[in-house]
Amino acid sequence: MTTADERVETYPFNKPEGLELSPRYREAREAPGMIKVRLPFGEPAWLATRYEDVRLVLGDRRFSRAAAAAHDEPRSQPYRRPGGILAMDPPDHTRLRVLVASAFTVRRVEKLRPWVREIAGRLVDDMVAAGGPVDLVDSFALPLPVQVICELLGVPAEDRDRFRVWSDALLSTSSLTEQEFGQNHAELRAYMGELVEQRRAEPRDDLMSALIAARADNVDRLTELELVDLCVGVLVAGHETTATQIPNFVHVLLSHPERFAELVAEPARAPEVVEELLRFVPLGAGAAFSRYATEDVEVGGVLVRAGEPVLVSVGSANHDGDRFPDPDELKFDRTETSHLGFGHGVHHCLGAPLARLELQEALLVLAVRLPGLREAAEPEWKTQMLVRGPRRMMVDW
Amino acid sequence: MSWTIAVDGKACLGSGMCAGARPDVFALDGAHARVLADPVEPDEGLLDVADSCPAAAIVVTGADGTELAPRD
Repeated sequence: MTTADERVETYPFNKPEGLELSPRYREAREAPGMIKVRLPFGEPAWLATRYEDVRLVLGDRRFSRAAAAAHDEPRSQPYRRPGGILAMDPPDHTRLRVLVASAFTVRRVEKLRPWVREIAGRLVDDMVAAGGPVDLVDSFALPLPVQVICELLGVPAEDRDRFRVWSDALLSTSSLTEQEFGQNHAELRAYMGELVEQRRAEPRDDLMSALIAARADNVDRLTELELVDLCVGVLVAGHETTATQIPNFVHVLLSHPERFAELVAEPARAPEVVEELLRFVPLGAGAAFSRYATEDVEVGGVLVRAGEPVLVSVGSANHDGDRFPDPDELKFDRTETSHLGFGHGVHHCLGAPLARLELQEALLVLAVRLPGLREAAEPEWKTQMLVRGPRRMMVDW
Repeated sequence: MSWTIAVDGKACLGSGMCAGARPDVFALDGAHARVLADPVEPDEGLLDVADSCPAAAIVVTGADGTELAPRD
C-alpha cells in the first residue's frame, strides 16, 4: 500500500472541445495507487481511473454523496449546485428515486419505441424537406429527447426555448456568477411549480400527475419542494445528455467511416453500436459529484481515509485495457460490454432504458434514411458544461 | 410469513442499484446481482428497491405466492 503522495495535479485533464481522452488517464491507470487532483474550487480529491476502482467507489455504501454537504466539495464553479437526488444516500435517495423509477423501467420504456421511432422519422422528414446542410443539434438531436421527455413528464414541448436557457445554466460549470445561477434555478423551479399547480387541478396521464398523486397519498413521502425538484431533475437530465450524445455518436461514427458503413449495412445492429459508443465516448470534460468515504476504505492500493473525497473518471474506466481489450478502438462486436457510461450503484442513470431507446432509434433512422450523412463543417463545441458535445453540427447527406 | 426475493439474471443489467441500496440483501460481485438473503422478513423498502431496478429484474413474492413487486 502506498502512502498519500502529496503531489496534487490540476484537474480536469480533458479539453472541453472535442471528445479526446487525455493521455494522463492511461498513465494514472498504469501507475500504482491513485493520484490526487484539485478542481478550480473545493478541496483536493483522490481520482479513481481504473474500471475496478471506479466501480468500487460508485457501488460501495461506504462512499457517500450526502456527506459532501458537510465538506468543501471539489467543484468547477465557486458555488454549490443543487444536487437533487444525486446529493442523497439511501434510504432518503431510495424513497424519492422509486417514485420516478417505475416510469423508466425497460418494460415500460420498450412500449414507447414505436412512438419514439415516429418522432425521429418525422424530424428526418423535416430535415430532408428543408434540404442540407442543416444543424443536426437543433433540428434532430435536441427536439427528439425534448419531445419525448416533455410528453412523459407533462411539460409543453413548445416551452423548449424557455426551459433550455434554465437547463443550460444548471449544467454550466463556470460561465455564470452565483447570482445568475441562482436566478436561473429559481426561474426553472417557479416555472415547474406553476405546471404542478395546473396538473393538480387537472391531472393527466403523465409522470407529473403520478408524482402529485403519490404526494396526495402520503404527504410525508414527498414534500412539495421535492416534487418540484424531481420534475426539474427529470426534465433536465431527461434531455440534455441524450441531446448531447446523439451528435457525439454521429461525430464519432463519421470519424470512423468503416464503422458507420457497418451500421448502414446492418441497421438492426443499432443496440450494440449504441453500447459501444456509450463506452467509447468520454462525455465529461472531467469529473464531478465526489464521493466521501464514511470509513477508511482501500481503493486501488491507497487507503482512503474517512472524510476524504474520491472523484471517478468514467471515461477513463471505460478505456481501461484490463477490462476492455484494445480500449481505444471502436468495435461493435465486443463480448465485454459492461461499460460505466450510465454510472454504477444507487445513482446509476435512472433514465438509462429511455436514453438507450432514444439513441438506438436516432442512429437507426439516420443510418436508414441518410446513409450518405457527412459533416458539412467542423462541429462547434460547447465549453464550460458538465458534458461535452457539439453546440452546433452542420451536416449534409 | 416471509417473502421470496429473486433476481432474473437474464434481465439484470448489473447497475448495482439494488446492492448499493440494500447490501444486506443483494450483492453485485459479477456481471449480475445475486440475492444474499432469501427468504426475508416482509419489508416495504425491498418493494421500493424492486420497483427502482432499471431492468425490473427483481421479483418479490409474498408468502401466499402473489407477486408483490415490481409494481406497474
